[in-house]
Amino acid sequence: MRYIEPHGHMVSRTTDDYRDMAAAGCAAVCEPAFWAGYDRGSVHGFHDYFCQLTDYEPKRAAKFGLPHFCWLCINPKESEDVKLASEVIAIIPQFLERPNVLGIGEIGLNKNSRNEMKVLEMHVDLAARTNQLILVHTPHLEDKLKGTRLILDVLKADQRIRPERCIIDHVEEHTVQMVLDAGFWAGMTLYPESKCTAARAVDMVEMYSRERIWMNSACDWGVSVPLAVPYAALEMRRRGYSAEAIDKLIYQNPAQFLGQTPKFKLA
Amino acid sequence: MTRQQVLDLYFIEARAKLIDLGAFLDRVERAAGEEDFRMTAFRAALGELSQGETSKARRVLLSFSDPTTEPIPAATTKAACGAWPGTK
Repeated sequence: MRYIEPHGHMVSRTTDDYRDMAAAGCAAVCEPAFWAGYDRGSVHGFHDYFCQLTDYEPKRAAKFGLPHFCWLCINPKESEDVKLASEVIAIIPQFLERPNVLGIGEIGLNKNSRNEMKVLEMHVDLAARTNQLILVHTPHLEDKLKGTRLILDVLKADQRIRPERCIIDHVEEHTVQMVLDAGFWAGMTLYPESKCTAARAVDMVEMYSRERIWMNSACDWGVSVPLAVPYAALEMRRRGYSAEAIDKLIYQNPAQFLGQTPKFKLA
Repeated sequence: MTRQQVLDLYFIEARAKLIDLGAFLDRVERAAGEEDFRMTAFRAALGELSQGETSKARRVLLSFSDPTTEPIPAATTKAACGAWPGTK
């Protein structure tokens, strides 16, 4: 079995996790910029973080033969401070040419505030001006429905944005249809307590679409499972899916979306 | 999968989750003090399970969701609590 982990916050994980993922068949790992669990105090903290994502982390993954890619942004959880966000967005272009940078992400909303909306629009503008792929975080729990609607409104209002170059992540049963209907890709995040379980993710594939959809672990410093994608593959196998059908969902689909940037190369 | 195959694969797991749900409600109800909006939303969501229509998971999620459409003035917290405080 082979798979791509399209969303993992590996700076928060141990090197043992890289080893386990490689052993389970991971062919590449993609790391969106994330909140550190505390608010960084200045743009310098983000500069160092972007260096970590584009320099140190690929070397750590390479020890296990694992290509490492990343996405850059200031995460929605830190978007209430528009001045800091502006400073961070201003330094992102100097990193965009680095070989493992796939695009802008994970941008989006957290609590659906006015300032978060402003920062989302600034990120979308940056992605449009620099022709980057976009990875979008949708809010948690009770905020997800409203936030997903607001995010889709922002993206659809910008005529430069092509939906097939954007993935809207963390969809659940109440948001997946609107994302797919608008022409965007949809990401399903496999979490033990929030977002969705492997069984629900496979249900959504069966009910909504096998195209323009992927699964990810979004493993980070919280309760999460770095091997959630291969575990979901086992769930599919339990339901009688063929090896080809499993491969399409956990390898071919993410490779198709990510392959829209020439930087995404697999050995 | 046939309905029998689905039952064979998932019944025991779903049964365990249902008992856990009952135990959670018992735990809340024997504890001292008042409930808050989360339990109001929880009981409303439980009602969705007994409706005969399809899309039960979707309707449970919708029942916990903020139905408003305008951005809030400012984010005063980073965390979500799982239920919209305005649930009646």
